[in-house]
Amino acid sequence: MSQETLSGWVRKLQAREISSRELTRLYLDRIERLDPQLNSFITVTAESALAQAEAADARLANGEQTPLLGVPVAQKDIFCTEGVRTSCGSRMLDPFVSPYNATVVERMNAAGAVMLGKTNMDEFAMGSSNETSFYGPVRNPWDTERVPGGSSGGSAAAVGARLVPGATGTDTGGSIRQPAAFCGITGLKPTYGRVSRYGMIAFASSLDQGGPMAVTAEDCGLMLNAMAGFDERDSTSVERPAEDFTAGLNQDLTGLRIGLPKEFFGEGLDEKVRGVIDAAVEVLKGRGAEIREVSLPNSHLSVPAYYVVAPAECSSNLARFDGVRYGHRCDNPEDLMDLYTRSRGEGFGDEVKRRIMVGTYVLSAGYYDAYYLKAQKVRRIIADDFRNAFEDVDVLLGPTTPELPFALGAKADPVSMYLSDIYTIAANLAGLPAMSLPAGEIDGLPVGLQLIGNYFDEARLLGVAHQYQQETDWHTRVPAAFA
Amino acid sequence: MEWETVIGLEIHAQLNTVSKIFSGAPTAYGAEPNRQACAVDLGMPGVLPVLNQGAVEKAVMLGLAIDAEITPRSVFARKNYFYPDLPKGYQISQYELPIVARGHLDIELEDGTIKRIGVTRAHLEEDAGKSLHEGFESMTGIDLNRAGTPLIEIVSEPELRSAKEAVAYMKKLHSLVRYLDICDGNMQEGSFRCDANVSIRPKGQTEFGTRAELKNLNSFRFVERAINHEIERQIDVIEGGGSVVQETRLYDPDRDETRSMRTKEEANDYRYFPDPDLLPVVVDTAFVNQMREKLPELPDAKRARFVEQYGLSDYDAGVLTAAREMGDFYEAVAAGCGAPKLAANWVMGEFSAAMNRSEVELADAPVNAEGLAGLLARIQDETISGKIAKEVFEAMWNGEGDADAVIEAKGLKQITDTGAIDAIIDEVMANNPQQLEQYRGGKDKLFGFFVGQVMKATQGKANPAQVNERLKAKLDG
Repeated sequence: MSQETLSGWVRKLQAREISSRELTRLYLDRIERLDPQLNSFITVTAESALAQAEAADARLANGEQTPLLGVPVAQKDIFCTEGVRTSCGSRMLDPFVSPYNATVVERMNAAGAVMLGKTNMDEFAMGSSNETSFYGPVRNPWDTERVPGGSSGGSAAAVGARLVPGATGTDTGGSIRQPAAFCGITGLKPTYGRVSRYGMIAFASSLDQGGPMAVTAEDCGLMLNAMAGFDERDSTSVERPAEDFTAGLNQDLTGLRIGLPKEFFGEGLDEKVRGVIDAAVEVLKGRGAEIREVSLPNSHLSVPAYYVVAPAECSSNLARFDGVRYGHRCDNPEDLMDLYTRSRGEGFGDEVKRRIMVGTYVLSAGYYDAYYLKAQKVRRIIADDFRNAFEDVDVLLGPTTPELPFALGAKADPVSMYLSDIYTIAANLAGLPAMSLPAGEIDGLPVGLQLIGNYFDEARLLGVAHQYQQETDWHTRVPAAFA
Repeated sequence: MEWETVIGLEIHAQLNTVSKIFSGAPTAYGAEPNRQACAVDLGMPGVLPVLNQGAVEKAVMLGLAIDAEITPRSVFARKNYFYPDLPKGYQISQYELPIVARGHLDIELEDGTIKRIGVTRAHLEEDAGKSLHEGFESMTGIDLNRAGTPLIEIVSEPELRSAKEAVAYMKKLHSLVRYLDICDGNMQEGSFRCDANVSIRPKGQTEFGTRAELKNLNSFRFVERAINHEIERQIDVIEGGGSVVQETRLYDPDRDETRSMRTKEEANDYRYFPDPDLLPVVVDTAFVNQMREKLPELPDAKRARFVEQYGLSDYDAGVLTAAREMGDFYEAVAAGCGAPKLAANWVMGEFSAAMNRSEVELADAPVNAEGLAGLLARIQDETISGKIAKEVFEAMWNGEGDADAVIEAKGLKQITDTGAIDAIIDEVMANNPQQLEQYRGGKDKLFGFFVGQVMKATQGKANPAQVNERLKAKLDG
């Protein structure tokens, strides 16, 4: 039963083959039984989920057909949920119950989705292994001694273990795609501006983008249909006509030009991972795609530029967590400075503090031009590289990550952790849509394939992924312990 | 040594938009603490700012009124610092690219000459909340109602040379923002606030001295006093062999002194950077033209027109056009009574005095333009004298009805009947034989005595010109 996909459940619910209440119970039971091995949820909202499910059943009985009516989902704990703790994986917000819903949550509720709970994540989305969470690390369902990736590791592990058919994630430098790759699921980071950031706790505002994480490309399309759209509460949200992201799923790949950026296949790429990607390219060739080599000559600048821009924005975005109005406040502050330093000192973990300090430094008088301004110039150069590449090809393809899921605690050095996102960061800097989908297995661990599209080309990306998933079954595989 | 003062002003004017600059919460003053602050104003996790177009319109209008450049693409930036009444830990402001740049304002000096003061820039930003220090017993209360109220910060060039010039500039700007209806100008409520950068240098020197920034100058009087105090302090420091340090000083009106808040070393590094949550503000020519059409007649133009149209002195015209409402009031009175000069004298004289006495604003005055015009019309048609008119006005101010009703009720109609006046004069002459004899014996000064007696007998109602004429004839006859 739990093998069914989100789109499968939509059809079964509409056909009244199962009720939302039964389905919700099924997944709540799995969470209760299996999540202790994974720690993928911070909060499970069983009671409100069952209430939502009953409301959905009533609407289904009335013949209503909202896109996700009755389907259980999970929200990454970065999205504000009214009346429910919204921790962002941090002690700082452990006591915080949001007074309002994020736009994404509002839209998914309106589409009829049933929220099972809030998923674990790296603290304030800063991390690539889910080890920085105040609520403890999430474990990879394929091997619980390994990390699920991050920062949306809770969502990825939960979907990978089929504790929920679909979950939201956010991606600032790879936080949807890298954990999707590590947990053997499909995840999409839309074009910057597609999905409203209102109510999504900001890490790096110019890079953050919410997106779907599920089993198949079709599932992601259905979820994105509910999540995306212009929001007047987010000035960076893009006003475009509504789009059906599942419309291109059955598009034939004949003549599709796929570019392989040579920089994504160089030094540092695990040979076995390369083998998986090569095999995937052959599959797509077999479906009629043309393969070309392209170059993104400045992609080596992505990681350094990212680690200036993202910390700079985060140092400012996280200033509001000061112990004054909400969230963690230290006991018995002596004065204002004591209130600030202890509340923040106690509330934030090491990685968050590290990035706040780096960000504060690069924005300081005398350093701004050398770091922040220069990084912004690099962003433009990187976007130009992509623009040039997309003159010759329709989609870019490469590995999502340079290596397989690593062991918990294996990357104590922050820089080696940062390099985990070496292939994903460029799409964030340029604001392009990109996704990861399962493309193979090595030593029982999943390998992710990354597709990067031109601006607003999500439907095409999902179409390519769907065609690939028609030919392969990597996405249907479930770790034995969770089958 | 002779010293020259150099002053630049930074004026913060709250824009009178209905809602806040980045949220839909209302901006009205005086609500219960934290009742006018929505999730955005409170800096809740996940919230985002959305620019209020009304604030942009008002900023552009100000820019046009001071003949400034309107920046086609201005940028909001974050000014980062921690303070309990600053909910996000940063203020959204404009830094490198303000919406208004390089304008000017003409001020009138005491000797009547006009001096042009450059306006470096004017930028949009959000106001912070307020810290409440009373009634919280060793704690501080935070009221975020004001957080997110739109402000325009107007920065002058350091071209003001005395406290008086600074006040003249501030008054001129105060008048202008109210003309434009972009700010209510209420200084008590903090809608119009001023910081002053003050330095001194030996007369003739071109480079600037080290400046001190004076904060909390929330009335015209405080600005003048604080600046003068600061000039003296700086002269004392330098002449005493010391040097002025760059610092921020707070003016304490109760003690009439400034004291150091923080020195340059303690100053924040605000780590400005463009706010990634907001797009650049694009203002095109069509929008600027639309705002230009919305501009009302501005004070200088109105003043010139009053001189031309009503034959007023430049000084009177200046007084009457200082506030837009006063100019409108004057024009209504002048039109209503048909006597512009009389109207000017009354509006600036009795009427303004009564407002001051009663401490009311024009809008709340118990006598409106129509009422005052009705009174002045009775002077014009000689129903009453100017002197009686003052008594009538007093009664009108006290709510006893319009001019005609008061004149009627009190029987104040002027006596213009020559026969009646003659009879009273005869009576006065008969009752004062001694004075009559002295007058006729050459003591001319006594003429005033007889006028007084006649006016007294008529309770001031006799037409003064007629009294003079008839009395002269009878006394000399």
